[in-house]
Amino acid sequence: MQSPAILAEALTKRYAADAPPAVDGLSFSMPRGATWGLLGGNGAGKTTTIGMLLGLLVPTSGRIACLGHDMARDRFAALARMNFSSPYIALPSRISVAENLRVYAHLYGVPGTERRIRDLASQLQLTDLLDRPAGNLSAGQKTRVALAKALINTPELLLLDEPTASLDPDTGDWVRSWLERYRAETGCSILLASHNMAEVERLCGHVLMLKQGKVVDQGSPASLLAKYGRDDLEEVFLDIARGRQREEVPA
Amino acid sequence: MRSGALRRVWGMVYRHLALYRRSWPRVLELMYWPILQMVVWGFVTAYLAGVQANTASVAAGILLGGALLWEVTLRAQMGFSISFLEEIWSRNLGHVFVSPLRPRELVAALMAMSVIRVVVGVLPAVGLAWLLYHFGLFSMGPVVVLFFAALLAMGWAVALGVVALILRYGAGAEALAWSVLFGLAPFSAVFYPVSVLPAWLQPVALSLPSAHVFEGMRAALLHGEIAWGHLAAAFALDGFWLAVMAWVFMRQFHSARVRGALLNIGE
Repeated sequence: MQSPAILAEALTKRYAADAPPAVDGLSFSMPRGATWGLLGGNGAGKTTTIGMLLGLLVPTSGRIACLGHDMARDRFAALARMNFSSPYIALPSRISVAENLRVYAHLYGVPGTERRIRDLASQLQLTDLLDRPAGNLSAGQKTRVALAKALINTPELLLLDEPTASLDPDTGDWVRSWLERYRAETGCSILLASHNMAEVERLCGHVLMLKQGKVVDQGSPASLLAKYGRDDLEEVFLDIARGRQREEVPA
Repeated sequence: MRSGALRRVWGMVYRHLALYRRSWPRVLELMYWPILQMVVWGFVTAYLAGVQANTASVAAGILLGGALLWEVTLRAQMGFSISFLEEIWSRNLGHVFVSPLRPRELVAALMAMSVIRVVVGVLPAVGLAWLLYHFGLFSMGPVVVLFFAALLAMGWAVALGVVALILRYGAGAEALAWSVLFGLAPFSAVFYPVSVLPAWLQPVALSLPSAHVFEGMRAALLHGEIAWGHLAAAFALDGFWLAVMAWVFMRQFHSARVRGALLNIGE
């Protein structure tokens, strides 16, 4: 049987011995090919969870395996098959888009670097931007470049932290459509952290609702809407964030 | 090193070369200080020649040789540390550390950048010393290559310590990248022998590879000898300090992963 894309077992992270845990006993198993959403308010533990999944953070306790590789012992083998995009982590701004992509193609050992860059540039409408310094791009263009970097190694597991933050609705929709198409074509597993409920509802087959580092609820967007008797995920999010049960929900 | 590892190291080196290709002020800055040092020390030796002609030619070699070789240490350390800082300034560390690049490969790339920066920065000053003051650094013979290597390695050891401190204290510690080696200059016996130092300071000086290199340089310039003992001591101390600082770096790297510092080190 194929190992899950992500397996987290009793994952806990405390930044200080006397501080409350940022992530508290998180366990989940995300199957291959699935797109899951990580939802929660500020400080819910989304960034900490993603940091641990990527090996940027060492968990206080618990275990993570990505694509069958134990992240404590064998994280580099997993990292070669994964990738990550976040608007909060920049790419070097003074070198060109093509040079940035070349750097990451080398880091990920991508064969046929120039062809891969051309293909990605064509798919993500970056061809005319390849020689421009990455710092001289608009927010939407930077997001597309970050996406190209995240896809340079054709990852089997993609972690996206708010992939459409600060984008106008048109560009955000374009990115979401592109991700849907990419997932359908490649079978890539995607874990998405977002504050955009419509995005999560559209892209994700399963949602983990985080609050104070714990999973307080989970399920498909449709099952969560039914459970909370709501019309959209934003209302469900507010119910969970404010600790309201279904019977307390105003009509 | 396997081909995958070599390619990752090249990826990081390429990233910095691309940066320099697009930024002539950065390239100019590499050459500026070594050339300025050379000009200042050249005038000092010219002045000494006017004051006391006999000692001037000996002093010129020692001063210019010292200034040039000290620049090797300084540029090696700064080349390593500043290349790391470039990742922090561009807020790119998060992407680098979630790639399959191992910490030792990052260190190898920083060392390679340090060598490139030393060559670009110091060679023009060496040429200028020959043109303006008729001082040929390579007139000491092939041993000068060993001096270069020993001082490069010392620069890397200091830089590993600086990068470890940046990992520990964040970008607030970046001033160390420019200043820390100046604190070692008085004990490195660049322009005077170790014996000039007070007796209690001499063991401190002799624990530094640089003091042995500069003793070796003076032996070559004054007596035409190769001080194999000093060279061996310099390389042994390089090995010792590199091992210590690599351990400190790895400890701080792990600690940064525990504290979550890699997520926000540039802030």
